[in-house]
Amino acid sequence: MTPTLSAVPDATGHFGDYGGVFVPETLVFALEQLQAEYDRANADPQFHAEFEYYLKEFVGRPSRLYLARRLTEALGGAKIYLKREDLNHTGAHKINNTIGQALLCKRMGKQRIIAETGAGQHGVASATAAAVFGLRCDVFMGAEDVRRQNLNVFRMRLMGARVIEVASGSKTLKDATNEAMRDWMGSVEHTHYIIGSVVGPHPFPMIVRDFQSFIGRETREQCLAIEGKLPDVVVACVGGGSNAAGMFYPFVDDAGVKLIGVEAGGRALELGHHAAALTAGRPGVLHGSLSYVLQDDDGQTADVHSCSAGLDYPGVGPEHAFWKDSGRVEYVNCSDAEALEAFKQLAQLEGILPALETAHAFAHIAKIAGQMSRDQMIVVNLSGRGDKDCQEVARLLS
Amino acid sequence: MSSRLADSIAAARKSRKLAFLPFLAGGYPDVPTFVETLKAIAPVADAVEIGFPFSDPIADGPTIQAAFADTLSRGIKVKDIFTAVAEARKQVKTPLIAMVSYSIVFRYPLSKFLEGAKACGFDAILIPDLPPPEAQAVCQTINSTGLDTVLLVAPTTSPARRRQIADLSTGFVYYLSVTGITGERETLPPELADGVKMMKSLTQVPVCVGFGISKPPHMQQVAAIADGAIVGSAIIKRMQQHAGESPAAIASAVATYCQEMTSVK
Repeated sequence: MTPTLSAVPDATGHFGDYGGVFVPETLVFALEQLQAEYDRANADPQFHAEFEYYLKEFVGRPSRLYLARRLTEALGGAKIYLKREDLNHTGAHKINNTIGQALLCKRMGKQRIIAETGAGQHGVASATAAAVFGLRCDVFMGAEDVRRQNLNVFRMRLMGARVIEVASGSKTLKDATNEAMRDWMGSVEHTHYIIGSVVGPHPFPMIVRDFQSFIGRETREQCLAIEGKLPDVVVACVGGGSNAAGMFYPFVDDAGVKLIGVEAGGRALELGHHAAALTAGRPGVLHGSLSYVLQDDDGQTADVHSCSAGLDYPGVGPEHAFWKDSGRVEYVNCSDAEALEAFKQLAQLEGILPALETAHAFAHIAKIAGQMSRDQMIVVNLSGRGDKDCQEVARLLS
Repeated sequence: MSSRLADSIAAARKSRKLAFLPFLAGGYPDVPTFVETLKAIAPVADAVEIGFPFSDPIADGPTIQAAFADTLSRGIKVKDIFTAVAEARKQVKTPLIAMVSYSIVFRYPLSKFLEGAKACGFDAILIPDLPPPEAQAVCQTINSTGLDTVLLVAPTTSPARRRQIADLSTGFVYYLSVTGITGERETLPPELADGVKMMKSLTQVPVCVGFGISKPPHMQQVAAIADGAIVGSAIIKRMQQHAGESPAAIASAVATYCQEMTSVK
C-alpha cells in the first residue's frame, strides 16, 4: 500500500527528504521533552477538551466561511469563499497555535515563553496566550519590523509582554528567530519557545501544523454543508507556511482538491529582492530543519524582501518542501505591487482589509478565478486582518 | 585509530597537562592577520579551532557573531578560508579543527567541503548544529575521508545520548560548560565538574571543555576535570582591542594572551 501524503513526519521528524533536527545539542533536551509532552497531551482527552474550549470561547472558533459575492462577480468565474481567520480574537490564525503551545508549556511546568515575530501577529498571539495563562512572555522582533508594525508592538506591551528589538543582520524575522533561539540555548530548562510557524526543528513543524489544522478541517465541513462538495481550489499565502499548512493538511489526501500556495515575489525574482523560497530557492538548512531556503552558494542566508513583514523570511516549513517535490501543492508567487492591488480590491469590493500577507493569496485568485467556471469553487484562507498594515500601506501608496 | 588530533591530545594528557585549544574566526579580522595569528599561536596550542563565518550562528554570542558578520561583509568565502589555512599550513604543524555550520556544509556540498578541508590541512570537522541522529551518516562520511569528528555534549544531554555522541566523536568530545551561547563569563558553573566527571565515566574519548573560558583561573578549574580547554570569544575580543594594528602586532597580542592562559600550573 502506498502511504498517504498525510502520514508524515516519521519518528525523527522527516517529511520525505525534509525536516529533521539541525540544532546545537543544548536544545535537543527541550525538543525531546516537547515531543514527549505532545504525545502525552495528544492521548489525553482532557487536553483536547481544554484546547477546544479556549478555541471556541476565547478565540471564537469555528471561523466563518463567507461567500465573497462582489469579488466573485468582479472576477467573473469560480465562486470565492473566504475562510475568516481574520475574525479570530487578535485578528489572525496565529492564536490557534499559541493557545495550544501555551497549554503544552503549562503541562511541562514551564513559567516563561519566548517567541519570534515578523508582522507582529504571532507576537501578539503569544502575548495574548501568556496573559490568559499567566506566563511570562518575551518577544523578539527585528528593528525593521518594529518600525513597520508599531501598532502590534504597542499591543504586545499592553498585554504585559517584553518586546526585544533585534538590531542584528537584516533586522527582520530571520534575525528575530536567531535571537529567540539564542535565548532558548540559555533558558531551555524553564522556558518554552513558541515557534510561530511550521518551521524549526522537529517536532515544531508537526505540532504547529496540527494546531493550525482546525482551519482546514472546519473548511472541509463548511464546504460540504454549504455547497455539498469539496472545493475545487484552495489558496493560501506562504511565508513560513503555518496558515497554508493548517488549511492544506486536511485536504492533502483529497486528490480532487487543487492546493495552491502563494509566496512573496517582492520587487523582482532576483536573490535579495523577494522571499519566495519554494518557487525560487533551493534545498538547504536554516533554523533547525532542511527545507527550501534562499541562500548563496556558500550556504549563507540571503537577504530577502517583501512588503509584508510576515512573509519576509528566507525559509519555509519542511512539509511544504515535501508537498512541492511530490507535486501535491502548486507554489506560485505574487509581487509587492500585485499584493497591494489585491489589498485595495478586497477593501473596496468586500469591505475587508486583509493582512498584506493574505493579500498575496488574493493577488493569485485575481489571476485564476476568471478562468474557472461559475459552478466551481475556490476557498481562500483569509489568514489575518490588515489593520496592522494600514500605516505601511499608506506609506507604500503615497 | 591514530590521528594527528588524537595524538596531540593524548600527548598533553600523558604529560599531565591540560590541552589548550584556541579558536580563531576564519578570515578575521582580515586574511593576513588571521594567517599571522594562526602561525603565532600554533606553537602554544595543542589544536586550533577555526570557525567558518556563518550568517546565522545560533550558538554564538555577540562577540563571535560580530566577527562572522564583519568577515562576510568583506566578501570572504569558504574557499578563501581554505586558501588562508593552506598558506598557514606551510609552517603550522598543530592539528586544525574546522568549525562549520551544517547550512554551509549541506549547500557546499559535504563531499566538496571535505575535499577542500582536507586539501588545505584540516584534521577534524566540528558541525555544531548537527546532533545525532542526523550526525550519524555525515560522521561516517567525514571519518571515511580520513578526518576526525568532534561533537558537542551539553549539560542538558542525557546519559544515553552522551554515549551515542562519544561513539561518533573520533577526535574528542566538546563539552559545553554552560547551557547557553558562546561568550566570556566571570565564573564557570559549579555543576561543571560533575557533568564532566559523568561524561568521562561514559567514554574513553578525550573530553575538552568550551564556552565561557577566558581567564587563567578557569583553566585551572578545567585542568582538574577535563583533557582540554577551548577558548574562543576572549581571543576575538583581544583582536578587537588591537583593531587597526599591523597583522604582526595583533598576532603577538593574541599569542601573549595564549601564553598567559597556558602558563597556569
